[in-house]
Amino acid sequence: MNHRIKWLGTVGAISAVGALVLSGCSSTGSDTASTDAGSDLTPITLQLQWVAQAQFAGYYAAVDQGYYADEGLDVTIEEGGPDIVPQDVLAAGDVDYAISWVPKVLGSIEQGANITDVAQIFERSATTQISFTDKNITTAADLAGKTVGSWGFGNEWELFAGMQKAGVALDDISLIQQAFDMNAFLSGDIDAAQAMTYNEYAQVLETENPATGELYQPEDLNVIDWNDEGTAMLQDAIWANADQLASDSDYAANTVKFIKASIKGWIFAANSPEDAAGIVTAAGSSLGQSHQLWMTNEVSKLIFPSTNGVGMIDEAAWANTVDIAKNTKNETGATIISTDPPATAYSNEYVTQALDELKADGVDVMGTDWAPTEVTLNAGGN
Amino acid sequence: MTRQTEPTQQTATPTRGVAGPRRRAILHPRLRGGLFGLAGLALLALVWELYKTLGPADGVILGGITVLPRTTDLAMPHLAVMAVRLFEPVTGAASALPLWQAVLAGALFTLGIAAVGWLVGVTVGLALALLMQRFRLAESAILPWIILSQTVPLIAIAPLVRRWGAQIQFGEFTWESWMSVALIASYLAFFPVSIGALRGLSSPDANHVDLMHCYAVGWWKTLWRLRLPASVGYLLPALRLAAVSAVVGSVVAEVSIGLRGGIGRLIVEYAGAAGGDPGKPWAPIFGSILVGLVAAGFVGLIGLFLRRFRRGEISL
Repeated sequence: MNHRIKWLGTVGAISAVGALVLSGCSSTGSDTASTDAGSDLTPITLQLQWVAQAQFAGYYAAVDQGYYADEGLDVTIEEGGPDIVPQDVLAAGDVDYAISWVPKVLGSIEQGANITDVAQIFERSATTQISFTDKNITTAADLAGKTVGSWGFGNEWELFAGMQKAGVALDDISLIQQAFDMNAFLSGDIDAAQAMTYNEYAQVLETENPATGELYQPEDLNVIDWNDEGTAMLQDAIWANADQLASDSDYAANTVKFIKASIKGWIFAANSPEDAAGIVTAAGSSLGQSHQLWMTNEVSKLIFPSTNGVGMIDEAAWANTVDIAKNTKNETGATIISTDPPATAYSNEYVTQALDELKADGVDVMGTDWAPTEVTLNAGGN
Repeated sequence: MTRQTEPTQQTATPTRGVAGPRRRAILHPRLRGGLFGLAGLALLALVWELYKTLGPADGVILGGITVLPRTTDLAMPHLAVMAVRLFEPVTGAASALPLWQAVLAGALFTLGIAAVGWLVGVTVGLALALLMQRFRLAESAILPWIILSQTVPLIAIAPLVRRWGAQIQFGEFTWESWMSVALIASYLAFFPVSIGALRGLSSPDANHVDLMHCYAVGWWKTLWRLRLPASVGYLLPALRLAAVSAVVGSVVAEVSIGLRGGIGRLIVEYAGAAGGDPGKPWAPIFGSILVGLVAAGFVGLIGLFLRRFRRGEISL
């Protein structure tokens, strides 16, 4: 009898602890950024391609400022992660819209994902290849014979296209897989490292230069900007489900509303970068304050001043992106796509309507007079 | 470990009725073990700082391959830098928590998920072990698959599990992302339990099993009276392995899907600060060590409750 009672006691103790843990976990489970679910708002989910940061400031600002709610949408923002592929999540029907780079999605479209670029939010590319000035790397041609870093996973195509254009073969460089941090670049393992203007470039400028005891300065770095080299590809765009656009008129109407409110969010972020950076931090980003502000300011530069109105897909830029995707070979000899994407791969129909409505409301969607602010980076981005 | 030597020393004393001097004999080696653990930690810290001071700045390179890391402040920050960083705020924002507090919150979150994963994994593992013990056919059919299951790369299934989960919805219940992480933790945790429990359940001597047969005792009663008590020695190490696997699985899955709240997410987010703020990325690593220690300690507690069954515990 004694034996059995002890057993029961143990089992009871274990299950009691288990129950405690379970109940503790369920209360912390929900972590989504959504506005109040009002009675007649349409629920919409947006899949980002990375965790919350100012790269997505416009969407967070549109939620915070109630621009989506004004359009009758209750938008929930789903964060991404290293292994989350936004276009796959969208094509699987789990979310309503997704943010992703055009070249990455072109590959998915050729694999059968039926999705459409409905607004090209970033007009310019933020991908650069940076190096310390003593390496004398100022153009893609100078990369020959150097160790070159790249994150891979679809982030390498502008670099490869630039090298191909300059006549540098992949065998002429030693390609190094880059990590999330810039330590390999800072310690000299990588001569020319991939860096987004809004993130890794700033990470270097937030690091103390051992030679001077001060932070690294822009003068210490050479930057190869793929926009200048002519091999820039289109980056952050809003993607929608092509089948649903064709068959569901409510979804098509919501797409216009979603784009309209998102553009208003981006205009807010460009004009009030400090508020926008604060909104993103409040939404759960743990980036340092000066880094977050820098990122807000830099992504605004990718949007404003706008050539055709925020979100309009420039046909020449699209054609250039497709051309690079078809003709640039990676280290295994593969290209992103082998044939032209279908006509449903992009559409200016919805963004045109959104821009017309915004213009009718007197909103400046060009940002011709917009000027970036000066952001001072602090050590560690704090 | 130390207990194994006891019966030889005190073969004359009956195992029951723990007396005063004997208890001190149990406690003392445990205390000593703790001291040795701390000494090991101090030694590690000493080696770190010594190598940092004396090692070459470019690391030790043999035949073009770096065998020991660089000793720069970027690659190997001083332990003091990491420690001091823990007490500074996460960011410069006025509302920012001290770093240790943010990491502790992340560690608790991850611990909760790992615990759910562990419970699910242990339940599934035990059920599979029972099934395999009861039916020889089940053992032949399931065991190879259990082993195969551990060869699937975790980062490949994490996003898939999240996406499948996102499609699950019954009535009020919706699948949350943290459940995907817990599921992946359980996927790692069930393995040692199923293997360990199967060995444990099959461990009683044939003559003991025969005795049960002679008493005309059924399978369930044999299980309760003989097999389960006999399996404890095998089960406890398996449970400890499962606890550590669940923690590793949780952190990796959190990194993979970018789940907010846990240690994995902090690792991703703080990595960018490695250049300008070298102490920061180490904080979540300490956090995950803490989670692992607490998880293993919890299994140690279970072991205390089951002390009387721990005869001849095997080491796994």
